[in-house]
Amino acid sequence: MASITTTPPQIAEWKTPDRGTVGIISLIITESSLFMIFVIAYLFYIGKSINGPYPKDVLEFPWWASICLFSSSGTIVLAEHALKHGKMGVFKGWWGLTILLGLEFIHQTAAEWYHLIYVDNLRISTNLFGTTFYMLVGLHATHVIVGLVFLLIVFIVTMMGFPAQTQIRRITFLSWYWHFVDAIWVVVLTTVYIIGR
Amino acid sequence: MATAEYPLEQPRRKPREFSISQAFSGWVETVDHKRLGLMYMVTALVFLLVAGVMATLMRIQLAVPNNHFLPPDTYNRLFTMHGTTMVFLVGMPIIAGMSNYLIPIMIGARDMAFPRLNAFGYWVFLFGGILLYLSYLGGGGLSGAGSAPDVGWFAYAPLTSQAFSRGHATDYWTLGILVAGVGSIASSINVIATTLSMRCKGMTLARMPIFVWVMLVDAWLILICIPPLSAAQFMLLADRYLGASFFNTQAGGSAVLWQHFFWIFGHPEVYVLIFPAFATLSEVIPVFSRKPIFGRSAMVAAVVAIGFISTGVWAHHMFTVGMTSVANIFFAVATLLIAVPTGIKIFNWAATMYGGKIRFSTAMLFCVAFLFQFLVAGLTGVMLGVAPFDWQLTDSYFVVAHFHFTLVGGFVFGVFAAIYYWFPKVSGRLMSEKLGKWHFWLFCIGFNVTFVPQHFLGFMGMPRRIYTYAPGRGWDGLNMLSTIGVAIQAAAILIFAWNVIRSLVHGAAAGDDPWDAWTLEWTTTSPPPEYNFETLPEVGSARPLWDLKHPDDPDWKYE
Repeated sequence: MASITTTPPQIAEWKTPDRGTVGIISLIITESSLFMIFVIAYLFYIGKSINGPYPKDVLEFPWWASICLFSSSGTIVLAEHALKHGKMGVFKGWWGLTILLGLEFIHQTAAEWYHLIYVDNLRISTNLFGTTFYMLVGLHATHVIVGLVFLLIVFIVTMMGFPAQTQIRRITFLSWYWHFVDAIWVVVLTTVYIIGR
Repeated sequence: MATAEYPLEQPRRKPREFSISQAFSGWVETVDHKRLGLMYMVTALVFLLVAGVMATLMRIQLAVPNNHFLPPDTYNRLFTMHGTTMVFLVGMPIIAGMSNYLIPIMIGARDMAFPRLNAFGYWVFLFGGILLYLSYLGGGGLSGAGSAPDVGWFAYAPLTSQAFSRGHATDYWTLGILVAGVGSIASSINVIATTLSMRCKGMTLARMPIFVWVMLVDAWLILICIPPLSAAQFMLLADRYLGASFFNTQAGGSAVLWQHFFWIFGHPEVYVLIFPAFATLSEVIPVFSRKPIFGRSAMVAAVVAIGFISTGVWAHHMFTVGMTSVANIFFAVATLLIAVPTGIKIFNWAATMYGGKIRFSTAMLFCVAFLFQFLVAGLTGVMLGVAPFDWQLTDSYFVVAHFHFTLVGGFVFGVFAAIYYWFPKVSGRLMSEKLGKWHFWLFCIGFNVTFVPQHFLGFMGMPRRIYTYAPGRGWDGLNMLSTIGVAIQAAAILIFAWNVIRSLVHGAAAGDDPWDAWTLEWTTTSPPPEYNFETLPEVGSARPLWDLKHPDDPDWKYE
């Protein structure tokens, strides 16, 4: 088989999109589709619970948790910036702070759930509010935890001396996922704590 | 460098000596897109056989009135497993198999974008399929109530609730399909990344083969339509095991919501299933008509349009649940609208053949039959899209006939065309045209004898999913005819299987380019080497091989 050249002689510089970029964007699209259905279910069932407790009785707007999660999007950008400029110490600092903020978000969610379950007696089987609330917020929290696992892996191997600056591309993808989880929180926050209350 | 390190006469390895470790590393550990593609196809054909046997059993049961060949419970399980298998374990892996095998060699790449993700997708799909079938063993659960799922392939609530579906049958359905869905998403992410990022030099999107375009839109549809099903299945699991009440009407939940969620997945899914056939026709018809495809950009635009409109038509499956008339009108109009891009495609294939020098090879015959049968399916689809008409015929055999015309008359005919067209590339051998023509004519006749009468059975009021019927309603003769058709189809499938086996062993050598085709896969050897291309090709038009064969009049002059 001879080599195949079936082109007109003038071929411009050839560049295709990075496959990782396309892959992570596709993943985010498919995840958005998953969340969309849970959000639709939540919106559909607002006010349809036939017994209490109702959202307005038990839900507190999660100021502190939201501030933590939203600022973690900022700290991860700062960490990335430091990594691109080779400042490994600064990178580790911001990255560690991102993890702490994520952990605090999960801690806040856990405290909220504990209060709802043991004080307010709202369980997944109590009413439609409980059903949709725990599924939607739980799905988001699961995504935060998955993100935290990956952030921790990066943090631990970096602390052990792995040169993270060689993996800037992958760390960027991870930060995109983290931003996505943040953006979903905007939707969940609006749906559950603003529209739904 | 060392020159004399190797003995001049190396000991020859015996060819094709079977060893388990080699088979393991060759087929289990492989991440080669061609092997994975073949594994997808073979698995799908095995499931096709299983689900085909199920269909045959059901047709035997329905051949005569008051038949006692199958008990009613078994019949319910059979139509559930038949539908579920055909959609999730035949249709989806064929899509993955065809895109895996063909896309890299059509766009001049050495592999898919993510080979390991590719292998993951296959194995996850396979385990999902096996899990579904394990329901025959484990579906009864501790209480021994039930076996395989019997809730229909769309598993409407509240049939799936604990009260009506005891045992674990429904859970096998839910988890098996959930897991297989993860595999489908993995493979579609891979297809999107491959087509966008791995194209060889000069292969702009405008020059990409239409096959690849269609599969790209197909992957996009899978990407956005599988998660709604997964979400609904998570909710169903929560309902069944955590006491949630998404679909529990007694706690204020809505059974109709399941229908919405299912069809938000389910309607795009039927386009997902027909797309490989569209893709195949767009390659086979031009080659065997000796003309470039008519209206190339319109073809691509039409398929992209279908990719978007099809996400907004789902509720035409639900005209009888009592939606508002505004919703009914919206979904009826959207459904009629989608006939426009589909019509464009049919006209363009016909226009490609018009004035062409047509060679009626077996692959081409399947494509021509597709055009007629898919047209009928489209027309009955438009009829059913009109809400008042649907009120009369929903859940009747007319609907059964309609979707079997799309999925057998359309999808399966397209897949057979693809197999006859690309078999020489995959195996290096030609399939027997004589056996192929027997296969085609028997299958075409058998298919029409089976499913044409079902339209009339629907008009005469025969509901779908009944396991038997009383004599004297005028259904007897047509049902018998329909069952006879299945026997003819079965004979055709046997001939096909024989043709594949015989051709693998005795088929004439195919050479690189047996059809005098124009796309890149025909430049490499048959079967392609592991690395696909010695040097990565460069292309200057949509028909690179035409340019190569006709240097005096290449396509790129006119682009």
